[in-house]
Amino acid sequence: MTDVLTPDPEAPRAIAQAPDASPADVGGGRWKRAALIAVPYVWLLVLFLAPFFIVLKISLSDTVIAQPPYQPVLDLANGWRGVVDWWNGLDFENYQILFEDELYVASYLSSLKIATISTLLTLAIAYPMAYAMARAPKSIRPTLLMAVILPFWTSLLIRVYAWIGILNPEGLLNQFLLWTGIIHEPLYIMNTETAVYIGIVYSYLPFMVLPLYSSLEKLDETLLEAAADLGSPPWRSFWQITVPLSLPGVVAGCFLVFIPACGEFVIPDLLGGSETLMIGKTLYNEFFLNRDWPVSSAIAVLLLLVLVVPIAIYNNIQAKELGGKA
Amino acid sequence: MALKPAQKALGPIRRSFAPWLDPAAVPLIRFENVTKRFGDFTAVDDVSINIHQKEFFALLGPSGCGKTTLMRMLAGFEAPTSGRITLAGKDLAGVPPYRRPVNMMFQSYALFPHMTVAQNIGFGLRQESYAKSEIEARVTEMLRLVKLEGFGSRKPHQLSGGQRQRVALARSLAKKPKVLLLDEPLGALDKKLREETQFELMDLQQDLGLTFLIVTHDQEEAMTVADRIAVMNHGKLVQVATPGDIYEQPNCRYVADFIGDINILEAKVASVQGGAARLAVQDPTAEISVAVSEAAPASGADVAFAVRPEKMRIALEPPPEGAANVLKGEVWDIAYFGDWTKFLVKLDGSEKIVRVSRANMARTEAAPISWDDKVHVWFAPDAGVLLTG
Repeated sequence: MTDVLTPDPEAPRAIAQAPDASPADVGGGRWKRAALIAVPYVWLLVLFLAPFFIVLKISLSDTVIAQPPYQPVLDLANGWRGVVDWWNGLDFENYQILFEDELYVASYLSSLKIATISTLLTLAIAYPMAYAMARAPKSIRPTLLMAVILPFWTSLLIRVYAWIGILNPEGLLNQFLLWTGIIHEPLYIMNTETAVYIGIVYSYLPFMVLPLYSSLEKLDETLLEAAADLGSPPWRSFWQITVPLSLPGVVAGCFLVFIPACGEFVIPDLLGGSETLMIGKTLYNEFFLNRDWPVSSAIAVLLLLVLVVPIAIYNNIQAKELGGKA
Repeated sequence: MALKPAQKALGPIRRSFAPWLDPAAVPLIRFENVTKRFGDFTAVDDVSINIHQKEFFALLGPSGCGKTTLMRMLAGFEAPTSGRITLAGKDLAGVPPYRRPVNMMFQSYALFPHMTVAQNIGFGLRQESYAKSEIEARVTEMLRLVKLEGFGSRKPHQLSGGQRQRVALARSLAKKPKVLLLDEPLGALDKKLREETQFELMDLQQDLGLTFLIVTHDQEEAMTVADRIAVMNHGKLVQVATPGDIYEQPNCRYVADFIGDINILEAKVASVQGGAARLAVQDPTAEISVAVSEAAPASGADVAFAVRPEKMRIALEPPPEGAANVLKGEVWDIAYFGDWTKFLVKLDGSEKIVRVSRANMARTEAAPISWDDKVHVWFAPDAGVLLTG
């Protein structure tokens, strides 16, 4: 997350000055620059685009009972003919299936709903946490930060299993509530959508807290003093100064939670019941139970497209922000 | 902000403005025995100051002397450990900053980065129940006042340092505060712009008829803008007086030394007779005669005689007959400033160096004073002040 709202005013000037700093090494500098820029592009190409095109290709193939379980397979031994046959064997059949079978549409919509609600819940819980951390004495901030990161040291799977032990009808939560006398019948949270929300909010909380903390910590406290000086009580300063200035953190945190939550598989599988539809779970079933690689690849490609839209919107907003600064 | 000459008929007003001399005048701001401690550290130590309506008052001192803390207590960001602060007769204890009729211009300007210039200036007005049109009119007026018409829709980071300073000033003036607090307002500006802005601030203060309280470590700035200066050191108030008095009548060695350049000669009082005293200077051994007030120290008292460089004369040839307090020495160093020159003279029979400055009134000189020249340095009996503290 770049700091959109308070860029270093000297930075553009420094960049502008760089090329004419030393005319002698302009030639060498250009190559160095190209090499430097190439590194992330190669990285993206190898680790993102190449796998994506493989998945895309499989999604356009047909299911067969074979090894691999799809066709056509590119056979370069047949030369150019092989390439043409391969190309002609691709079609959009699987995408058609996704739109015709209600299961897939329902899974997508349900995933988006669950991801949206859990993102908002996570934001509501993480904001006060991050705020308290950013306002804590400087000496204990690293400890608090460590406490947020610490759960990552245990496998997600184990932590989600632990929630089963808590949410079970005979679990810790029910035992405690029965003991205090608040309830007299155990609550059935396990295997419901509520359990999925609890699991997602719990698992993704650090992804929300960290960007929020980093934008709140940078907030110049004299701005709040200035607001108070100009007649704004603390609660209004919060909405007028703190919230707008932490928006980059809010947006980053929401994306970090929303995007993986959309494709979440482990949590709905372990905590949710059979009626909890999520696209990640559907994809898993297609892939491992039906061994239908092409359809599950189509699901993955469509999920990516669904998620690309909000990311593109966000990028657009950010580009405008930056453009307005020039 | 620069006023047209026709408007600027403030001479008589300024000249006679001295409400602090009037025992019947009621001060606008009173600091009464204010002390502020942070843990073991005493930032402000038993300070009492009265500041009058329409006064341009400066708190001057080195960093860490407590001047900013004193101002922050008036703004409401810190509460005094003991003592009382009143504004227009009202005790400010327990009044939160957002309810105080004072506005502050912050050293860092503290402009809201996500708001435009106009939104920044209108921020204070938006906190009250003003009509939208009223706010717009006031913002336009403020933009004109600080000569930033047409900049209303810019964001702070699109402005130069000087422009940001103006926005900060406009924002703090927009609510017509009873008192404007300026925390090192010109520290981030370069020298030329700073001087220009100092005069603009003075004109603005006269024009709006507001009370300004400025915190600065820059003595020239304080001398230029302020009606009165409070010199602070280690949380204590050392002297409160007009710039002229602070410079010419410092009440102790600290003030004399802090403000401008000065030569301090340690001495013992040899004799006092009427308005004159003879002092035995210790280093180099010499006897000088100085003018003293009625409250002169007794014979034998340890004192210091402080005399400003520009109040001393320097020449190669001996001074005219009857000149008092003549010392001899050798030119140690020369600093040429264009409009004046400062000579560092090592006195004969001593390691003591005195500073003598001389205005360069002619472009050329037949026999200029140069390095290692034997010179005479002398001063009138009333050229300096006798310091006991």
